[in-house]
Amino acid sequence: MAAIITQETTLPRASIARSPGYWSGVARRLSRDPVALIALGLIVLLVAMAILAPYLAPYDPTKASMIRRLKPVGTPGYLLGTDELGRDMLSRLIYGARLSLIMGVVPVPVAFIIGSAIGIIAGYLGGITNTLIMRTVDVFYAFPSVLLAVALSGTLGSGLGNALVSLTVVFIPQIARVAESVTTQVRRLDYVDAARASGAKGHTIILVHVLGNVLGPIFVFATSLISVSMILASGLSFLGLGVRPPDAEWGLMLNTLRTAIYVNPLVAALPGVMIFLTSICFNLFSDGLRSAMDVKS
Amino acid sequence: MLVYGLKRLLHVIPVAFGVSVVCFMLIHIAPGDPLAAILPSDASAELQAQMRSFYGLDRPLVVQYGLWIWRALHGDLGVSIATGRSVSGEIAAASLNSIILALAATLIGFTLGSLLGFLAGIFRGGIIDRIASGLSMLGVSVPHYWLGMVLVIVFSVHLGWLPAMGGGPGGSDGRAVGWDYIRYLVLPAITMSVIPMGIIARTIRSLVADILSQDFTQALAAKGLMTRQILRHVIRNAAPTAISVMGLQLGYLLGGSILIETVFSWPGTGFLLNGAIFTRDLPVLQGTILVLAMFFVLVNLIVDVVQGTIDPRIQRS
Repeated sequence: MAAIITQETTLPRASIARSPGYWSGVARRLSRDPVALIALGLIVLLVAMAILAPYLAPYDPTKASMIRRLKPVGTPGYLLGTDELGRDMLSRLIYGARLSLIMGVVPVPVAFIIGSAIGIIAGYLGGITNTLIMRTVDVFYAFPSVLLAVALSGTLGSGLGNALVSLTVVFIPQIARVAESVTTQVRRLDYVDAARASGAKGHTIILVHVLGNVLGPIFVFATSLISVSMILASGLSFLGLGVRPPDAEWGLMLNTLRTAIYVNPLVAALPGVMIFLTSICFNLFSDGLRSAMDVKS
Repeated sequence: MLVYGLKRLLHVIPVAFGVSVVCFMLIHIAPGDPLAAILPSDASAELQAQMRSFYGLDRPLVVQYGLWIWRALHGDLGVSIATGRSVSGEIAAASLNSIILALAATLIGFTLGSLLGFLAGIFRGGIIDRIASGLSMLGVSVPHYWLGMVLVIVFSVHLGWLPAMGGGPGGSDGRAVGWDYIRYLVLPAITMSVIPMGIIARTIRSLVADILSQDFTQALAAKGLMTRQILRHVIRNAAPTAISVMGLQLGYLLGGSILIETVFSWPGTGFLLNGAIFTRDLPVLQGTILVLAMFFVLVNLIVDVVQGTIDPRIQRS
């Protein structure tokens, strides 16, 4: 008896451990992708910079000074120079991460939730409901993204809230279209029919059987939109349609520094470097995630 | 072909109707009274009521929409509040400049992008492939308005080779063919071409790779065809998709030119739109957006029909 027990306890653990699931596979594949990891690391650093801005920035980002306007990069005490109103560039770039990231990132998850809901419902119900929903979506999809964003925030007026609303409206139809096509495919699969045949209700099928299988591809698509959203959001501020001065935001800084390109071109170009860096990191990470999750584009 | 074209047209009509409704509603979602931009703030109630009925703003929304779209279909988009000139006239003048810029940018982007994508697709995994995918990644990630500024800094401020802004030596009036005018086009066109270049390179790379992995190209090789002859087949198979991507990109560039036209003060529709937003010139704003969006719908339709004509597989699906 005792011998049997000892024999059982010495059995290798691995045989009773759960087989690794889908997500741990995704994480493993992602951890072997150095480009995606570096991009993710930089995104984390940017977010940390935004959160810790008051501790990192050497000066108040809105404190202007007429006597030290447009100092070049490398001025003692002002590492990255000063802007057209004599505000410290380093501090403004650090603080700028806050509004730039909020404006660029927030519309995507909001549009992800709304767009997925619209697309999944349309795809699952099919028929006339699908036609009505998707034709409405098509109307908004028929506008080029930049034009729709500018049209909405141009008529609503400048401001952070209006810019966020405009960008969200731009991304909802794009996500809804992806969600609808993925759901339509999944709905035709046998296991959904099996669930229906076994008496499952509509919402149970959507929540249990459909959602788990469609959210992945929609999620990957949504992450690829973040870099577009960053460029568009800063573009709105660049046009004067996003954040209002004197707030620090990279697109707005690029706009107000445009007149300084003859005096101090390097300083004038700095905010754009930050937008570029952020956008490329999100793009690279999204590409890594796409191949780790094995979703076809 | 004709049947397919008519089918696409039938699909487009409700979308075009919806787009016009969205453009019409823009003025009504704008905060404040649409009349506030026209009338002085101390206008009498009587004058306000008079203007309201003159612009038809006292009628039901449906009637207002009907009148507006009826006039728009006859080429009347109202009168600019800022300049007093007809909106359709202003848009027509600006459209020509925008089309020139977008065409130039699409040509540059398509030539470079397809060359890059083609080479990357043939030599997959090689150094050209790496460079091409790196470049297209940069192309889709770069904030193009910033790239425009950087090009101005390098080529106008430092080197003094090209003008930093404007549509030509004589302002926006009078176009001619000649280096004096093309000089002004170079920087904005290059800046704008970066957007389609990356997308076209990516598309063509995966297209070429896909075609090369299909059985028929291997059969061609087995038959003893030379690489050059096989590549001719690849190009013919890739062309319909490549052309449709190019058409769509042209539409995107025309509709989304506002940022680049603002950077370079290029006197096109985007520049017009930007001015209208800041002077609260609602008729110009609404008219420009309507024309640009309708143009994009039209480009989509043309692309669909052309693609269906060259590639009969699409008509059947």
